[in-house]
Amino acid sequence: MSRSLITEARNTWCPGCGNFAIEHALKTVIAARIEEGFPPEKFVLVTGIGCHAKIADYLDINSFYAIHGRTIPVATGIKLANPDLCVICCAGDGDCYAEGLDHLIFAAKRNIDLTMIVHNNRVYGLTTGQYTPTSPLHFKGRSTPGGTEEKPLNPPALMLASGATMVARAYTRKLDHLQAVIREGMEHPGFAFIDVLQICASFFNMTDYYNERVYTIKEHDSSDFWRAWQKVREWDYSADAPIALGTFYKSVEPVFNDKFRITRQPGEGREQAVRKLLERRIGR
Amino acid sequence: MEDFSVLIGGKAGDGINRAGFVIGRILSRMGYRIYMYYDYPSLIRGGHNFAIVRASRHTGIASHHFTVDCILALDQATLLRHAGRQTPATIAIFNSDSVKAGAPAAGLAVPLETITKEEDGISIMANSCLIGAFCRATGIPWDIAATVLGEEMPRETEKNLSIARRGFDAVQERYILPKREAPEVPLITGNEAISLGLLQAGLDAYVSYPMTPSSGILHFLAEVAGETRLKVIHPESEIAVILMAQGFAFAGSRTAVGTSGGGFCLMTEGVSMAGMTEVPVTIVVSQRPGPSTGVPTYTAQGDLAFVLSAGQGEFPRFVFAPADPAQAFEWAGRALNLSWKYQVPSFILVDKTLSEGTFSFDPEEPEWTGEDPIPCWDGTHPYRRYAESEGGVSPICHVPTAGAVVKVNSYAHDEDGITTEDRDLIARLVEKRMQKSPGMLAEVEALHPVGISGDPTASTAILCWGSTAGTCREVADIIGLRVVQPVVLSPFPARALRDALAGVSRIISVEDNAEGQLASLAGAHGIDISAQILRYDGRPHALEELRDRVLEVGA
Ligand SMILES: Cc1ncc(C[n+]2csc(CCOP(=O)(O)OP(=O)(O)O)c2C)c(N)n1
Ligand code: SF4
Repeated sequence: MSRSLITEARNTWCPGCGNFAIEHALKTVIAARIEEGFPPEKFVLVTGIGCHAKIADYLDINSFYAIHGRTIPVATGIKLANPDLCVICCAGDGDCYAEGLDHLIFAAKRNIDLTMIVHNNRVYGLTTGQYTPTSPLHFKGRSTPGGTEEKPLNPPALMLASGATMVARAYTRKLDHLQAVIREGMEHPGFAFIDVLQICASFFNMTDYYNERVYTIKEHDSSDFWRAWQKVREWDYSADAPIALGTFYKSVEPVFNDKFRITRQPGEGREQAVRKLLERRIGR
Repeated sequence: MEDFSVLIGGKAGDGINRAGFVIGRILSRMGYRIYMYYDYPSLIRGGHNFAIVRASRHTGIASHHFTVDCILALDQATLLRHAGRQTPATIAIFNSDSVKAGAPAAGLAVPLETITKEEDGISIMANSCLIGAFCRATGIPWDIAATVLGEEMPRETEKNLSIARRGFDAVQERYILPKREAPEVPLITGNEAISLGLLQAGLDAYVSYPMTPSSGILHFLAEVAGETRLKVIHPESEIAVILMAQGFAFAGSRTAVGTSGGGFCLMTEGVSMAGMTEVPVTIVVSQRPGPSTGVPTYTAQGDLAFVLSAGQGEFPRFVFAPADPAQAFEWAGRALNLSWKYQVPSFILVDKTLSEGTFSFDPEEPEWTGEDPIPCWDGTHPYRRYAESEGGVSPICHVPTAGAVVKVNSYAHDEDGITTEDRDLIARLVEKRMQKSPGMLAEVEALHPVGISGDPTASTAILCWGSTAGTCREVADIIGLRVVQPVVLSPFPARALRDALAGVSRIISVEDNAEGQLASLAGAHGIDISAQILRYDGRPHALEELRDRVLEVGA
């Protein structure tokens, strides 16, 4: 397969945007998996709305460019229709931690086999700089010029609490690590949640802040839920603290989509089935 | 006897719906066609529930009589509330354990609770006792009662039968309902007719969040999912429902969803997305009175205007409003097929009266539409999800298809499905979507989009839609009027409607809403209404009530 995996669509991300790194990492992982024999037509990318979502235009794979906050239900439908597909969601932090939050929690709760990549730039990019659920306390955005009065969510902690079977964090300036985590997520059977700390060059450039604080977790037992819980709470997305990158938690549990692994030939036996249901109504 | 009506009433939790259904089955076995109206408040225990079961020699009945020939009272409230429905000839059978004051002297007293206790039954089995008494009082042979009870009560059958027999023996015959030699046909609800119609047209998945009066579809399909190889999903919200459905369709699964007004409000963003993505989805909307939570367990036709225009932007859609189970079965299948053929959302707009009413359903009556095959991408050229094509419908291709990259997009897009803000491309794709409308209209015009009944030569017509048509038909038969019922409401079959109204000088519209939404729609197409009959108390008209109102406005 010598396809470039990149479409001819003109890329409109700002120079220096972290979305490039996520696109590159995703493309590299997909290319590697195709190389290893995974059929390219079995990848499906679902995106929300925001700068991040343009990745659907740029990657030359099946895609469903959905609406704000709704990647997960679309992706869930696709996976349930055909559990053999590799379904990846790219969502924004505004997108999936604000309007899409219920779907995110339910995806974790039901352990649907998706790879969830959150482009967490901690700001609304496409609508030009409002605060999001992960912006730090007192963040001055265009809708909160005096600074926010809300503490941020801690998404990995939320996902642990919701039952996600893989919870990880990566950073757009640690490309190799990002790639490795995305690959791990795709190979994980179940809901793989990856919070990617993403640089927004135009509205919230945290490069220096992250560079000083991130570290990759080592000698961490990712099957230990309470260890993971402690690790994800080291940094609360607001106060200063070291920021751990890596897979906090991973466990293998029954996946929701496996229960729906049925197939049928079009039209097969339906009329008989309907007639039988009707006959039962007259006691036959 | 043309017709026989029986009312059974009690408290929520007494199993009135179930008992009404069993009575319906017994009368059905006696060779009659059945319609059952079920009236209940949104309470789990207490309150007042009643069902009116009508048995008729005529086929196609879809309405109830106001007065009843027999009243079965589990409690005092039933007798009090429905006193006005009784005539001197009405047979009253009542539970003498709970009805003391005001018990009808001519009535048949049966100590239901005492008998049930003596037979070591649980309280809900009092119904069986009452059903037994009803059968004896109306001259229904014990063997018919016993067979149907046996079929309908697979658990504790023997106990129910002995309790029923005690009821049967407790009263005297008052009346002989003649047995007819007509073959028995199944009794189903409107929701079940929709479900079966969808199933036989190739439904792969049903996604729904519970909301009365649509939940019956979810319950029925979940029940039969195993034997029909259907996927039935109940997700976190209606927002998830409509989006999941489009995920299913993207991967090639024919999917329907169901809800009522409040849930449909949440779905509108997804409906609009389906308009832009051109991903097929069938949406059942079963109406109840609004606005907002309104009256959950009662009926209305207040959401027509909403469904016709739900979602931002402009895009074509099918809206079908069946009147009875035969039409529901037929048009549910068509809705699914047409949604896939044109890659547009299709709606089945019904209401509580049809959804939860129980009807005799003759499988020979409706047309059985199977799964219509749709033209798919032939693989000879690079796949373009939104390729321009005649009639605006691009060849469809589902993931996974080797050699095709399928890009679906909620943004304005080009033929490949890539986002665009180019003005020419935006306009072209708008036109592509709108181009479907003429084809959709031609398609429905060929399917008899307007029902005509009553006297087709009458110069006065009743114009109605959905479940009210059942009552209108019978009223028209009594008075000698024409009934014109558009089943298709979008694309609006204006020409077929005008044809159906040829020679009519006076149009009386009948709707269960306060604004006359069909009348407005017809008016927008140059069809003027002479008089309107509107009802918005959540109750459907009984036959006599509507007859009187039609006479009042001057038929
Ligand atoms: C229902 C709805 N509400 C609001 C918007 C406007 N909107 C577009 S993108 C966006 C926020 C994007 O922020 P985020 O999800 O963080 O993505 P980013 O642009 O930062 O990648 C909003 C609010 C919309 N498209 N749809
Ligand atoms: S606004 Fe921020 S997130 Fe959006 S493209 Fe520019 S840098 Fe990237």
